[in-house]
Amino acid sequence: MKILCLIRQVPDAEAKVKAALGKVDLDGATMALDGMDEYGVEQALRINEGGANTVAVALGNTRFEDAIRRSLAMGLERAVHIETDLLLDVVSQAQILKAVVLEEAPDLVFVGGQHADTDSQALGAALAEALGWNQITWTTELTLADGIAKATHDTDDGKESLELALPAIITTQQGLNEPRYPTLPNIMKAKKKEIRKTTPEQYGITNSKVRIVSQEIQERPRLNKLLDGKDPVTAANELIRLLHEEAKVI
Amino acid sequence: MILVVCEFDTKLKKSALEILGAAQRLEDSVTAVLLGTGAGGVALQAAQYASQVLVCEDALLVGAKNMAQAVSDLSEQAEATLVLMAGSRGGREIAPRVAVRLDAPYLEDATVLTNIEGGLQIQHYAYLARVTETLEAIAPIVVCSVKPNTQVVAEANSSAGEIFEVKLELTASGVTVLGRTVEKTSRVALTEASLVVTGGRGLGSPENFALIESLADVLGAGVGATRAAVDAGWRPYGEQVGQTGKTVQPNAYIAVGVSGAVQHLSGMGKSKNIVAINKDAEAPIFKVADYGIIGDLHAIMPALIEAAKKLRD
Repeated sequence: MKILCLIRQVPDAEAKVKAALGKVDLDGATMALDGMDEYGVEQALRINEGGANTVAVALGNTRFEDAIRRSLAMGLERAVHIETDLLLDVVSQAQILKAVVLEEAPDLVFVGGQHADTDSQALGAALAEALGWNQITWTTELTLADGIAKATHDTDDGKESLELALPAIITTQQGLNEPRYPTLPNIMKAKKKEIRKTTPEQYGITNSKVRIVSQEIQERPRLNKLLDGKDPVTAANELIRLLHEEAKVI
Repeated sequence: MILVVCEFDTKLKKSALEILGAAQRLEDSVTAVLLGTGAGGVALQAAQYASQVLVCEDALLVGAKNMAQAVSDLSEQAEATLVLMAGSRGGREIAPRVAVRLDAPYLEDATVLTNIEGGLQIQHYAYLARVTETLEAIAPIVVCSVKPNTQVVAEANSSAGEIFEVKLELTASGVTVLGRTVEKTSRVALTEASLVVTGGRGLGSPENFALIESLADVLGAGVGATRAAVDAGWRPYGEQVGQTGKTVQPNAYIAVGVSGAVQHLSGMGKSKNIVAINKDAEAPIFKVADYGIIGDLHAIMPALIEAAKKLRD
């Protein structure tokens, strides 16, 4: 079975995000392989042990190469990097990625359930539509046999188990597996693995359908009235009083 | 004309009333779309808020692929300039497919929607809800999903809209549903609650969630849980708040034994008041708290429940 993993490089979840002049400033921010994408990489490596026929696909700027190397160090076989500084909308991304998927002809494509920079959940579904494939979003369990995928995924009010024929898009999240840490020998090996470079222009995409007008950090000022709980009854009474009289929420 | 794809069970869901409200404020001409089994049963309700209602109960209307085909076909037939969908999990797996089919810009999870010449401008959250982004798309048709609980619900029009039954040409999607689990709660729905009490791993055991439930019942609050508590099997998934669970924005969010990981904050950080109870004074949750008690929750929670009861009585 051939498997593609779409991966992205995003600011580390714990990193402080800065914005200046209406634009997020990522200079100096710690960047990492999106945690949501790691579940897909791990799942691919569990299906194809040893990493044969597993390919990382990344659409983004030069810095994405770190995330690509990380996925290769986890064990993926090789990578395709569609390198661009353009910030493309999801429909344009899907059009480019469709072409790459058709070149690679996989049975399965993993996509992170939500991206930690755009907060978008759309890429998996958009790519599935561009290819005319089915999708399973927010997958927590996956088994494959005879070209059929059985999966459990989260819905708005619970869970659902689905069965569908491959090829398909699977979007991943926490709960699917425990992603591995790359070992030092594998980090060394990853440095020699192939990264095929291409550009959006080669697929006829030169601009985005959506324009970012501004990016602001809107932090709500917090009161930070913290009580010492050494005397639980006094602290509890005071907290209830504050919520009733000051915040007026109870 | 705005095409509004409405979620429903036996009546319109709150998400549907919210996006109908958003549509009414953007434009006079609103078409409500009801797709799937039971659609006919909510048509009269939808007609109060829209100039026309399109209804289709085709049994093949299951799965994101077929739903997306239905929405894009209807929006082309109706010559819509904007397609609005709920930013629910279900809505957000269909909406991108609609945008691809229409080769249209997709604006996702909008909190604010504004008309601009030839298109739409929205605000939404990015970077795990740490950043507010303003986006705009100018195109003959735009697809937009709308974040739940961000819009004032629709008001009934002076005259009811016309109801039309429509036929669609669908083929089997190839997805079979093997089973469904719906998690029910007797309490107020988490996303609609004005007060939420949430427990985390700091509670130490599933039994200790009784403390959370007692306080919630005294206050009439919804009950939430962190990813860690859900993953440990202590609580059902439906109670999960955070990046991979529900997003809530109540008047007060009371976090008990919750450390405050970024992924959790992205689901509740916009709450009007944040209250934290944790023994670790360094827990990140205190950095975003309006009120809090630093101490042992096992001692504090019973006292808090008593104090809340006294206030109520």
